[in-house]
Amino acid sequence: MEAQLETATHHDEGHHHPEPFITKYLFSQDHKMIAKQFLITGTMMAFVGMIMSLLFRLQLAWPGESFGILNFFLGDKWAPEGVLDPNMYLALVTIHGTIMVFFLLTAGLSGTFANLLIPLQIGARDMASGLINMLSYWFFFLSSAIMIMSLYVEAGPASAGWTIYPPLSALPQAIPGSGTGMTLWLVSMSLFIVSSLLGGLNYIVTIINLRTKGMKMTRLPLSIWALFVTAILGVLSFPVLLSAVLLLIFDRTFGTSFYLSDIYIAGEALDATGGSPLLFQHLFWFLGHPEVYIILLPALGITSEVISTNSRKPIFGYRAMVGSILAIGFLSFIVWAHHMYITGMNPFLGAVFTFTTLLIAIPSAVKVFNYITTLWKGSIRFTPAMVFAIGMVSTFITGGVTGIILADAALDINLHDTYFVVAHFHIVMGLSAVLAMFAGVYHWYPKMFGTLLNKKLGYLHFWLTFISAYGVFFPQHFQGLAGVPRRYYSYTEYPLFADFADLSVLVTIFAIIGGLAQFIFLYNFVYSMFRGQKSPQNPWQSNTLEWTTPVKHIHGNWPGELPTVHRWPYDYSKPGKDQDFVPQTVPLEEGESDGESGH
Amino acid sequence: MNILLAVVVVLGIITFTQLIRVFELTKSLNGTKDNEVTVKENNGIANGFMLYLIGYFAFFIWLVWKYGPFLLPEAASVHGEKIDLLMNFNWVIIITAFAITHILLFYFAYRYRRTKGIKADFVTHNEKLELVWTTVPAIVLAIVIIYGISTWNDIMRDEPEDALTIELYAKQFDWTARYAGEDGVLGKSNYRLISGTNPMGLVTLETIVEKLAELDKKKAKYELKLSNAEPNGTIAENTKEKIRKVDKHLAKVVAYQKELEMDNNVFLTGNDDKPVKVEFHLPVNKPVKFFIRSQDVIHSVFMPHFRAQMNAVPGMLTSFYFTPNKTTDEMRIITKNPEFDYLLLCNKICGAAHYNMQMNIIVESEEKYNAWLKEQPAFYAEEASADEEVKEIVASN
Repeated sequence: MEAQLETATHHDEGHHHPEPFITKYLFSQDHKMIAKQFLITGTMMAFVGMIMSLLFRLQLAWPGESFGILNFFLGDKWAPEGVLDPNMYLALVTIHGTIMVFFLLTAGLSGTFANLLIPLQIGARDMASGLINMLSYWFFFLSSAIMIMSLYVEAGPASAGWTIYPPLSALPQAIPGSGTGMTLWLVSMSLFIVSSLLGGLNYIVTIINLRTKGMKMTRLPLSIWALFVTAILGVLSFPVLLSAVLLLIFDRTFGTSFYLSDIYIAGEALDATGGSPLLFQHLFWFLGHPEVYIILLPALGITSEVISTNSRKPIFGYRAMVGSILAIGFLSFIVWAHHMYITGMNPFLGAVFTFTTLLIAIPSAVKVFNYITTLWKGSIRFTPAMVFAIGMVSTFITGGVTGIILADAALDINLHDTYFVVAHFHIVMGLSAVLAMFAGVYHWYPKMFGTLLNKKLGYLHFWLTFISAYGVFFPQHFQGLAGVPRRYYSYTEYPLFADFADLSVLVTIFAIIGGLAQFIFLYNFVYSMFRGQKSPQNPWQSNTLEWTTPVKHIHGNWPGELPTVHRWPYDYSKPGKDQDFVPQTVPLEEGESDGESGH
Repeated sequence: MNILLAVVVVLGIITFTQLIRVFELTKSLNGTKDNEVTVKENNGIANGFMLYLIGYFAFFIWLVWKYGPFLLPEAASVHGEKIDLLMNFNWVIIITAFAITHILLFYFAYRYRRTKGIKADFVTHNEKLELVWTTVPAIVLAIVIIYGISTWNDIMRDEPEDALTIELYAKQFDWTARYAGEDGVLGKSNYRLISGTNPMGLVTLETIVEKLAELDKKKAKYELKLSNAEPNGTIAENTKEKIRKVDKHLAKVVAYQKELEMDNNVFLTGNDDKPVKVEFHLPVNKPVKFFIRSQDVIHSVFMPHFRAQMNAVPGMLTSFYFTPNKTTDEMRIITKNPEFDYLLLCNKICGAAHYNMQMNIIVESEEKYNAWLKEQPAFYAEEASADEEVKEIVASN
């Protein structure tokens, strides 16, 4: 479909008029500015989440010992004499998880790259609705602000884990964080869901309707395919989380019993009967599982772009890549109860979800093979983005294979809620998706800011991160296999786990090194914005449309007419061409194929 | 420890800032653009990836060597042994896939680094290859699926009829194991009957009467308070609300009592039950079925040595069964640890002391187990120390 809707803007000719600071930087409706806003807010939240993890890792490595830094951050109430309070431990774990999964990897990753890349890579002036796009950011900002505010509540922030299962999350008597802290968490997440839905709708409409002339779906870069399916997943699954959240709010505030039944707590038999905590779990994980693919798919899309551009080779198996994005997207909706094998649900479901979950391994494996084969016989240029992308593939393999073990209900019996699960999801999300996000930032920084990130600092950042991150999470598999549960404040009560005490120290030391390494990135990021080398228009000699826009941003992206697309984006090192890349806007020669030759 | 950490962090920060200054200075000296990768840099990184591959595998092997011995010992249950076999089968598959893909990934990155005079190959796809690498994993996964699901069905179905039934009752922050008494039947329970002398809410004639008496007393106390309070003041309103709640609770217990009166026997089965704390015993080689309940929030029964885990959900009865096949003494020999004990731990976040909610498990011969069980006091025997008032009411019924 090549219909083209000109968005009603008079910026087609790219003429400038001085714009007030507020509409240019704060309340912008320009997708490029909104992308940067998402990136910066997401990164700031990520640093908060990361510091929290370092704080609780101090307690895990040196249980019960006094640390001035804990008292510095948490005060006398939550770290009396510098020793972390057990309730605050659970609170830190909860908020760390919430921030990383939602604020960094969903809003920070999708929000940044969907906003930046969709209009630019499909050849549109901007998103279908600039207003909705702006609102999507500001709801995200408000949501972040409220989540941070919840940290200062007297009884502490939400502490029932990022999965906030009731009754623990419904009853303030069960844990102090389930009071006002939990209320603010729920408000924050409701706003977050609104932000995601607004964004997702916009992305879908834009991709379907605003592709420029010649930009058939089969000529879309894989980053756009990934962001497209991600947006669909979000629009279908976030409303279910909203319903889970609303029902929880009702149980907490209006005396309903959706999730509560037969509870005696704090000396009182509660009235609620007939509810089921499992209802919450089903509703939560119905979003929860697609959520991790909402995180992963953009990461995979970014990786495809970075690897093919820097291998000077087409991405291998474009059709299979698109097919596997669609398959992963579809399958992600029918696997959620693998988070619930030992919750007491009917064992028959265990068999069903084992089957569907293991199926996802197939498209995932296909993607890995395609990445590896893209490297094969390539001419690889190790830009910082490229090294992060390779790191992403490595961690995706490692995390993915342990997923096969956890998918098996029988094996999950002894691994559920142990460090094995912690290792698995950190390696796929905390490593794989984060490494891909870094790859995206290093690759598209010149597009966002017009300057280049310092290359050597990029390499240093990569090696320190890649080494320390595996150092943190790989050993945790062993803890999990030994039966060490997660979300435990301390393990000193168990002679059974005494042998892992030094492993906890090793993990924490790697975590501290990895954490410090991120400041190198932060320094590079901020410094290069103002004093970085100026970037040429197409610094990576890439084929996609975003590199045909001027370095200095203009509303409407292209001065003059929108580009016309003649070919797919992967004509790298095509035989018979002068250069080793052919941008999508270059017309076809006689008899030349526009895509995978032969199709 | 604190000082050491502080020194390391400060040194780290100093190192980094100095490195950054060095980079900035050298950058301005040799003049490469930050989007151009020099041959030296490119080769250096390619070598780096090969080194990384070796280091990564070495790290993996070192971890297996160092922490392998601390993993769980062989399974102490019949189904547990099946799980371990399934696990090992899966390890073989995934470690093979992990190793092959990693070697290819890092080797290709190294081998196909940009080299002068060599262009990349314009290969877009290969249907045959793609078919192979889709079907082979599909077949392997089909085997994994079939083997996995059949193990799961083995574990979850075909409950043995002669299983010993034990209730595991979870609350913040301890466990109680309840054994059926001579009648072999676990008594009913109802959360509205929970009280100081009846912490599990067991249903017996006595406990119902006791609860009603307790609630009556409570109501009387509030009514007194109400009569002394200023009418329509906050205290009066709060107390009225409290009385409403007690009334509601009373009504529910009375209704429940009526419901039960239809079935006389239900009152008799709870008295001889044996609630046990801190440590519970199991006879070896006999199937045991656990009924799992929770008083307040979700907890989880995790008994890793038996490869057993099941959530304890308030408002629901869950269950899990297995047959322990190694006594504690046998396990002490196997693990070469004379202080080894089987453990029940809570494995679902449940509050501040979630990390210390455990119970010891002893597996022993049937004779020893029976001897131990005989010594455990029955619920009603403990009840015997209840209010005199209640005793009279009971006697008069």
